[in-house]
Amino acid sequence: MARRPSDRLRYAVHLLCLLPLAALVYGTFTLQLGANPVETLEHETGLWALILLLACLGVTPLRQLSGLGLLGPLRRTLGLWAFAYAVMHLLVYLLLDRALLLSEIVTDLTERPYIMLGAGALLLLTVLAATSPKAVVRRLGGLRWRRIHRAIYLAAPLAVMHFLWLKADKNALQEPLLYAGVLAVLLGWRLAQGIRTRLGRSVGPHQDASRHGSH
Amino acid sequence: MTRKSWQFLKEADVTPEAVFQQRRQLIRSLGAGSILGPSASLRMLAQGLAGAGLATAPLGLGAKGAALGGTRIDDMAPLAAKRNAALSTDEPQTAAEIVTTYNNFYEFGLDKADPSENAGTLQTRPWTVVVEGACHKPKTFDIEDLLKLAPMEERIYRLRCVEAWSIVVPWMGYPLSALLKAVEPTGNARYVAFETLADRRQMPGLRSPVLDWPYREGLRLDEAQHPLTLLTFGQYGKLLPNQSGAPIRLVVPWKYGYKGAKSIVRIRLTETQPVTAWNQAAPDEYGFYSNVNPNVRHPRWSQATERRLGEGALGGLLAPRRKTEMFNGYGEAVAALYAGMDLKKFH
Repeated sequence: MARRPSDRLRYAVHLLCLLPLAALVYGTFTLQLGANPVETLEHETGLWALILLLACLGVTPLRQLSGLGLLGPLRRTLGLWAFAYAVMHLLVYLLLDRALLLSEIVTDLTERPYIMLGAGALLLLTVLAATSPKAVVRRLGGLRWRRIHRAIYLAAPLAVMHFLWLKADKNALQEPLLYAGVLAVLLGWRLAQGIRTRLGRSVGPHQDASRHGSH
Repeated sequence: MTRKSWQFLKEADVTPEAVFQQRRQLIRSLGAGSILGPSASLRMLAQGLAGAGLATAPLGLGAKGAALGGTRIDDMAPLAAKRNAALSTDEPQTAAEIVTTYNNFYEFGLDKADPSENAGTLQTRPWTVVVEGACHKPKTFDIEDLLKLAPMEERIYRLRCVEAWSIVVPWMGYPLSALLKAVEPTGNARYVAFETLADRRQMPGLRSPVLDWPYREGLRLDEAQHPLTLLTFGQYGKLLPNQSGAPIRLVVPWKYGYKGAKSIVRIRLTETQPVTAWNQAAPDEYGFYSNVNPNVRHPRWSQATERRLGEGALGGLLAPRRKTEMFNGYGEAVAALYAGMDLKKFH
């Protein structure tokens, strides 16, 4: 049986998502991660978790604007890769940055807001990843699954705020603000869709766009 | 050369500047600068591809000049100095490649790699330093005269950054007290303020409003006169490369690194405590004193431990963190300066 185009697309996205990881592994063993490799790994894994999370949120707008239904499955692919990079980010922090110094980790978790925000985002992503296998989706039923997966609208802002708060100390906000802007566009687009749908519904029996799922 | 070899940027060391720039240009033209900018991993991939695409330069052609300005330590002119062993640590020195590519010098960008990439535009000759304020003999010094004002010493100091990393650097300079003596502080002088050059044409980072430029730092007069406080002109036996604060900077080893103002153009003796750039930006986080103190946390991270750059396997990936010492281990020499002071309050 020939592979469907949507499968081919998915494999291509898998490969693309592997690239940063491959570069980091290569850089680690060829000593190309700079003077502070722990910092580089921590920053890069976090950055890619965020980029892929935003890409995941970009799939639905892109699908609806382009009318390409085959983009749909990419939400899951990109979401799971975002989770994978977030887990690597956590592991670098725990094992290499804090070197499992429990006292420092506890202080971080209880007293530093940006760590709490990051932990919150990762917790939500864990729930989303755990409920993404097809068997779990079937057991939950579409409606419940969709409700649970609305958590991405909380996870993404938490992740962006985690980054913003981290950079705030040195007033180096340009980079995190870029991601905040992208997130605002992606969420704003959905808000606009939602309002239009609601207005449409109150005026007359139009096609309900939200029936196709919202993220 | 006894310097330990370190593989980071080893290729660049033997790559002529022209080829190096050519590669960078190629990466830029690929759009890597804008799209891949934030990600070091993708930059690295792009650089690898660009490097493979261009003929690798024959070994040994790297410029070994005697430059008065520049960003590559190997190209800098040598600076003779006699080691002051009594005031030097015998801990292993951090590789020059690390020290000269991992810098906080916001006038040239916010990333640690930015200064070594952007500071080539800094003009370090001619250079003058105005010394003024509460002193009997204010004077504008030419850099060449400052280089000859007192015998040049080599001091190997630990440097602890407020961001919880540290390095061990051989600096070349002489005590700041020698310069202060030359201008004869008045009896009312209590503090010394330092000001870094702020020239938009030379310093692209000034366009971002991170700090209220120019960068300003300050010390109490007795701190400034302390024998450990080093007016610094070189490192690793060479003149300072631009990103390290050429042509003249301050090194105060018992304080967080940012107290050591770089590329100084003005030194002012004052009667009141001067406003300093980081303290002004975030007073809770960056005190005027900023003595290294493992017991006073930065609001967003612990200061109890630090990472010694370059230490351990895989470029420092697996090295355990070190405990941070009070006054960065210089307590015996400097604790008396703060007798009776609450160092939590005056952090």
